[in-house]
Amino acid sequence: MNETILEMRGMSKFFPGIKALEGVDFTLRAGEVRALIGENGAGKSTLVKVLTGVYRPTSGTISLHGARREFRNPVDARKAGIAAIHQEASMFPDLSVAENIFSGHFMRSASSLLDWRGMRAKAKALLERVELDVSPDTLVRELSVAQRHLVGIARALSEEASIVIMDEPTSALSIRETEDLFKIIRQLRAEGKAILFISHKFDEVFEIADSYVVLRDGRYVGEGMIRDVTVDSLVHMMVGRELSQMFPERRSKPGPTILSLEGFSRAGFFRDVSFSVREGEILGMFGLVGAGRTDVILSLLGLEPRDSGKVLLRGKEVSISSPRDALSLGIAHVPEDRQSQGVVLDMSIGDNITLPQVAALARLSFLDASAEREVVRSFGSRMEIRASGWAENVKNLSGGNQQKVVLAKWLATKPAILILDEPTKGIDVGTKVSVHTFMADLAAQGLSIIMISSELPEILGMSDRVLVMHEGRVAAVLDRAEADESRIMRAATGYAGEKAQAKTFDQGGTRL
Amino acid sequence: MKSILKRRETTLFILLVALVLLVSLRSSSFIGPASLNSILNDTCALLVVSLGQFLVILIGGIDLSVASNMAFTGMVTALLNKYYPGIPAWLFLPIGAAIGAGLGSINGALVAFGALPPMIATIATMSIYRGFVYVFSKGAWVVSRDMTPGFLSIPGSVFLGLTSFVWITIGVILIAWIFMRYTSSGREVYAFGGNRTAALFAGVRERKVEMLVMTVSGMLAGLIGVLWVARYGNAHSETAADFHMQTVAACVLGGVSFVGGAGTVVGVVIGALFFGVVNNALTVVHISPFFQMVIQGVVILVAIVSNTLIDRQAQMRLIARRKI
Repeated sequence: MNETILEMRGMSKFFPGIKALEGVDFTLRAGEVRALIGENGAGKSTLVKVLTGVYRPTSGTISLHGARREFRNPVDARKAGIAAIHQEASMFPDLSVAENIFSGHFMRSASSLLDWRGMRAKAKALLERVELDVSPDTLVRELSVAQRHLVGIARALSEEASIVIMDEPTSALSIRETEDLFKIIRQLRAEGKAILFISHKFDEVFEIADSYVVLRDGRYVGEGMIRDVTVDSLVHMMVGRELSQMFPERRSKPGPTILSLEGFSRAGFFRDVSFSVREGEILGMFGLVGAGRTDVILSLLGLEPRDSGKVLLRGKEVSISSPRDALSLGIAHVPEDRQSQGVVLDMSIGDNITLPQVAALARLSFLDASAEREVVRSFGSRMEIRASGWAENVKNLSGGNQQKVVLAKWLATKPAILILDEPTKGIDVGTKVSVHTFMADLAAQGLSIIMISSELPEILGMSDRVLVMHEGRVAAVLDRAEADESRIMRAATGYAGEKAQAKTFDQGGTRL
Repeated sequence: MKSILKRRETTLFILLVALVLLVSLRSSSFIGPASLNSILNDTCALLVVSLGQFLVILIGGIDLSVASNMAFTGMVTALLNKYYPGIPAWLFLPIGAAIGAGLGSINGALVAFGALPPMIATIATMSIYRGFVYVFSKGAWVVSRDMTPGFLSIPGSVFLGLTSFVWITIGVILIAWIFMRYTSSGREVYAFGGNRTAALFAGVRERKVEMLVMTVSGMLAGLIGVLWVARYGNAHSETAADFHMQTVAACVLGGVSFVGGAGTVVGVVIGALFFGVVNNALTVVHISPFFQMVIQGVVILVAIVSNTLIDRQAQMRLIARRKI
């Protein structure tokens, strides 16, 4: 067995209200590619951020080559030989390849000025090693995503990193580019580097990784050698849990179809997506990060373009070019990111709730305070928002209560169709239950709900039907009766049998 | 945040009163009705134009063209008055406001349809508008003897003890206050400035808000352009030079957030008054004119720094509250 380079013991990282990591043990060995596997929100990124010094752990220890280390910031981690290759974040698009490779550890000449000639020469050698045929003077802006990855690797090599972290490196690469990347990874492995590989795609994990570690809900679940496992057993480790949360009982009797999307396509984002929702139905939309669920919804609302596709409301074609149009047709959308898309932090709870209908409630464009109060009182109290009063600024509320404000805001518009994007992401269990109960009540009253969720228990617990997307396509539509964790997960990871077909979509181009 | 802002306004108001009292120790006439009246008249222009600037800053922008707009509108109305003395003097107020609104709507179109940030759009129109003052006047001044007595008396005529300039200013302040507090458009401006994306999701029309704030800012500048030229009895290419920076400073003093979304009409009014008092007080206490600009700059700096510190403190308090 190779030498253990990295050892993390009892790693925990708590955020207010969330345990992102809890007592995780993790090791990396020289000359090994280790896959880190888990659902969205399982704690993979948090682990990487702790390892690269972005987050400081709440508790736990990191040892490198047997010595205890503490990373106060990313520079510490880089100096210790840990290089992370992120997709975009760590590149300077307007600087040259050589400048990107050496940023943070510039070579200096005897006179302590920057030694550009030396750096350029060394950059050239590094680029040859990663088989990237561009000049060191090229601006990174002009490179493709795949080429940027290679620059990232060249940079890791220049730092003489012993640990290379790759977080979803292939998400925007074509098959050929992925193969090239794997070739480099194998080379690094042969040189004795430890590689931490994060991917949602099982075929890649099986192709490149030697061993794996599975996380779930911020905890360590298990590890082993890739050659000893099957896709099914990995899926089981990822999702295999009891439905620990309580979901409200649903007695669904969906009515006629109310909304249909037909043939939604947008090059590079989604292709030929069609589905429909019925009255009183909860349609769950599942998919891994980047599967295109949110893109389809934003295109439905006119916030993102599409190449083709039409929308039918109660059988009639409608055109929606803005959220305002959607709203007037009775389609309300609760976006995923509360803070940046859902609420105006500097405004009061009441003003936030009435915002979508502030003009409609006004008389001759003068605000009607009593009408507003009425709306705020009835919908605000239905959501049981905990605050000192409706005049309190949303800024001062907890995440769960902010989410309730957002829900109250949209329900107050009395929509026929409610689109919820990750309705319970990042909120505490108690609030989750009340949001779920509320959703069930609304559906029972005949409201149609499209729920995008990355949490399998929520999808299974709440949906009448489950739409699974994979790489921009509808991979499966499953009825409540036939939906189970492993079927959904297989469809979402492209293992539903049409692997080859799903794969071709990658050729569509890079996403920038 | 609202309570903090309110406190900020109160603090500023107390500071303002203290400043007035302090100056009156040196010169007792400073606090007399005549002196206060003249400070008020001197500050009217700043008050009104700052309220337009306030709207633009509220959506996270800045209108650098207001001073040029004043010069443009002032020159055009002065020339009209010179060559068409038959036009009734009062008519120049709506004419000026309309010209100003036209210039403002050009800024608005650049922002809303050209997708330019307000600062970039107005940095260009700032020189274009002032450039046209040269073009129209061929570099010559229009002075008081070119203007009709009716025109010259617009700002200074007195009703119920206050000049019409003051009455117009009071009217604008009242309308602005009602607009921001009691109309749906005002609410939409706050929402748009506070969180653009959330506002879009809520059906607020981006272009409408941008056109609105830029046009109103221009309209107020145009209205004041007329009054300015009539008050000082001259119109030239340097009319109201650098005045836009004073309006920005008044907003900052009044606690308007440069990130957008936060600030009140009352705050801006107090900020502008503070500025006006400082300007006048420096003369009254016989500070050398050479030093006046330095002191004005220091006042702005102190205001900005205290604004930042108060904001930071508020944020710390919020974070502390969340950890519970």
